[in-house]
Amino acid sequence: MNAGEGHEGGMPPGEGGPDGGREGGLRPIQGHELQTEWLRGQGQDTDVVVSSRARLARNLAGQKFAAKATKAERAQTLDTCRSWLLQAGLADRIMWVDLHEAPQLERMQLVERHLISKPHARGKSHAATAEGKPTDDPRGVAISLPDERLSIMVNEEDHLRVQVIRSGFALSECWRAIDEVDDRVEAGLDYAYSAKFGYLTACPTNVGTGLRISAMVHLPGLRMSGDLEKVKRAAADMNIAVRGFYGEGSESAGDFFQISNQTTLGKSERKIIEELERDIVPQIVEYERIARRMLMQKRRLSLEDQVYRAMGQLQNARLLATEECMQLLSAVRLGVVLGMIKEFDLALVNQLTLLAQPAHLQKFMGRELDQEQRRAARALLVRQKLTVK
Amino acid sequence: MRQGAKIEKHLCEVCAAKQGISAPGASPIEELMGKILLTPGAPGVVPVKGASCPSCQMTFAEFRQGGLLGCPQCYEAFEAQLTPLVERAHEGGAQHAGKAPKRSTGGDGRAAQLAALAERAERLRRLQDELKQAVTREDYERAARLRDELRQASGAGPVGQPGTGGQEPSR
Repeated sequence: MNAGEGHEGGMPPGEGGPDGGREGGLRPIQGHELQTEWLRGQGQDTDVVVSSRARLARNLAGQKFAAKATKAERAQTLDTCRSWLLQAGLADRIMWVDLHEAPQLERMQLVERHLISKPHARGKSHAATAEGKPTDDPRGVAISLPDERLSIMVNEEDHLRVQVIRSGFALSECWRAIDEVDDRVEAGLDYAYSAKFGYLTACPTNVGTGLRISAMVHLPGLRMSGDLEKVKRAAADMNIAVRGFYGEGSESAGDFFQISNQTTLGKSERKIIEELERDIVPQIVEYERIARRMLMQKRRLSLEDQVYRAMGQLQNARLLATEECMQLLSAVRLGVVLGMIKEFDLALVNQLTLLAQPAHLQKFMGRELDQEQRRAARALLVRQKLTVK
Repeated sequence: MRQGAKIEKHLCEVCAAKQGISAPGASPIEELMGKILLTPGAPGVVPVKGASCPSCQMTFAEFRQGGLLGCPQCYEAFEAQLTPLVERAHEGGAQHAGKAPKRSTGGDGRAAQLAALAERAERLRRLQDELKQAVTREDYERAARLRDELRQASGAGPVGQPGTGGQEPSR
C-alpha cells in the first residue's frame, strides 16, 4: 500500500473483524457489512439486471502506451496519475492500491469484486506467486469507499481505465457519473486525443469514445428454455458482446452475462448508451421474463423442484465447488425473484456470489486454503449465511 | 471440478460454444481485428515496409503482431494503414463523434470544439427523428415535449439552427 494524503491502506471496509492479526494480515469478512454497490440488489429491473457499468479508456498525451513503455516510464505514469487521482476530489474517500506490491490474495479479491481486470491483477511479468512478493510492473488502482462505485486502474492496457458501477439497470446514471469523473481527471491530466480518432487507446478497438457500457444480466430462464444461444447470436449480429461474469475471456458463471457495446468510434456516448438502454438490454430482459413466465406456466413443478433442491443443497452441503455453488445460487436467485423463496433477499444472494469466490473465501476463513479446503469452507460459509434464524 | 476431480478440457471453439464456454478473446470484434491484423494481404491492409512511428519507433508490422499500438502518435504515423482496419472494427465508424477533452492541448483545441459541435448536431438530428416518429404515431404529448427540447437545444449555439448540420466533420 502506498502511504499518502487522501487515501487509505488496506482492503475496503466490511472486511475487518475482531479476530484479525493472522498471518499475512488476513481477516475474516462479515458479509452483512459489505457496502459494495453492485451487491445491493436494488434499483430498476433487478429481477434480471444485477448491475450496470461504464468504463472509459484514457491515455496521457505524449506518453508511450503502457505495454510499450519502459518500467521507469510506467513508474513515472503511475506517480503522475496517482498523485492527481488522490487530490482530484473524485469521491469522499479514495483508497489507493499499488498492485505490484499487493499480495496475490488481495489482488484476486479486487478481481472478484469487479474492481480490476484479471490481467491487471496478474501484471505483465506473471512472476507473482501465491505467497511471494510480486516482482512485476508498476501499476495500481484507485477505489472509492465505502461503496466501490468508482475504480480507476492505472497502467493496465491503457494508462487509465475508469469504471463506474451501479446496482440494477442504470446505464445513463453510470454515464453521467463517469462523465463527471472523467472531467475531473482531465482537469489535471492531459489526455491523448485526436479530432479524427477521438480518445487514443492502445488497442484500436477501443478508440473514439473509449466507452464500454455494460449490464450484468441473470438469464437462467433463457438457459432453461434453450433460447440462450439464440439471444447470443442475435446480440452478436447487432455488434453487441455477451461475456461471462468476469468480463472479457471469462466463462459465464451461474447464468450471469455481461452485455456490452463492441464499437466505440463513430457514435457518440449518448447514442451508444441509448442503443443498449432503450433497445437491446430491455429486449433481453423481456425475453428472460417471458422465458420465466413460460416456465412458471408450463413447468412449474419442475422449476420449483430445481429452486428448492438448490436451496436444500446450499443449506446442507459439506463440500461445494465454485462452479457448483454459482449454479445453485443462480437457481436460488431465481426462486427469490419469483417469490418462491421469501426468507432471503437478493442482496444476500448477490453477496454469496462474491463471498464464495476463492480469494474472498480465504479472507473469510483467515488463511490460505487449498482447493479441497476451499470446498469445505465454501459449504460452511453458505450454510451459515442461509440458516434461517 | 466435478465430484472432487478436476476435469481439464481442451476444446475447439465450436465445441466450447456448444458447452457454453467462451474461449478467451474469441469475441467477434477481436476475431475480426485479429484476422485483419494478422493476415498479410487482407483487404484494406496497406503494407508499408520499414515505416515506424517517429515517436516510439514501433513498426506497423509489430503492431500487427501484437495488436497494440505503441503511443498516441502511432495513430498519426500509421493513419493510412489504420483507417480501414478501424472502420471495419467499428461498423464503418471512422470519425469520432462525442465527447472531447475540455482543455485544449496543442493543436487539438479546435478539434475538441468541432467534436462538441458534432455531438450537438447529432443530438438535434436525433430529436428531429424522434419528433417525426412521435407525429407519425400521433403521440402529440411526446411530440410537444420533443419540440420544446429541440427548441431549447437549437438555442444553444450556431449548429443548433436546424438544417446547418454541414458544420459537423465530414465522414
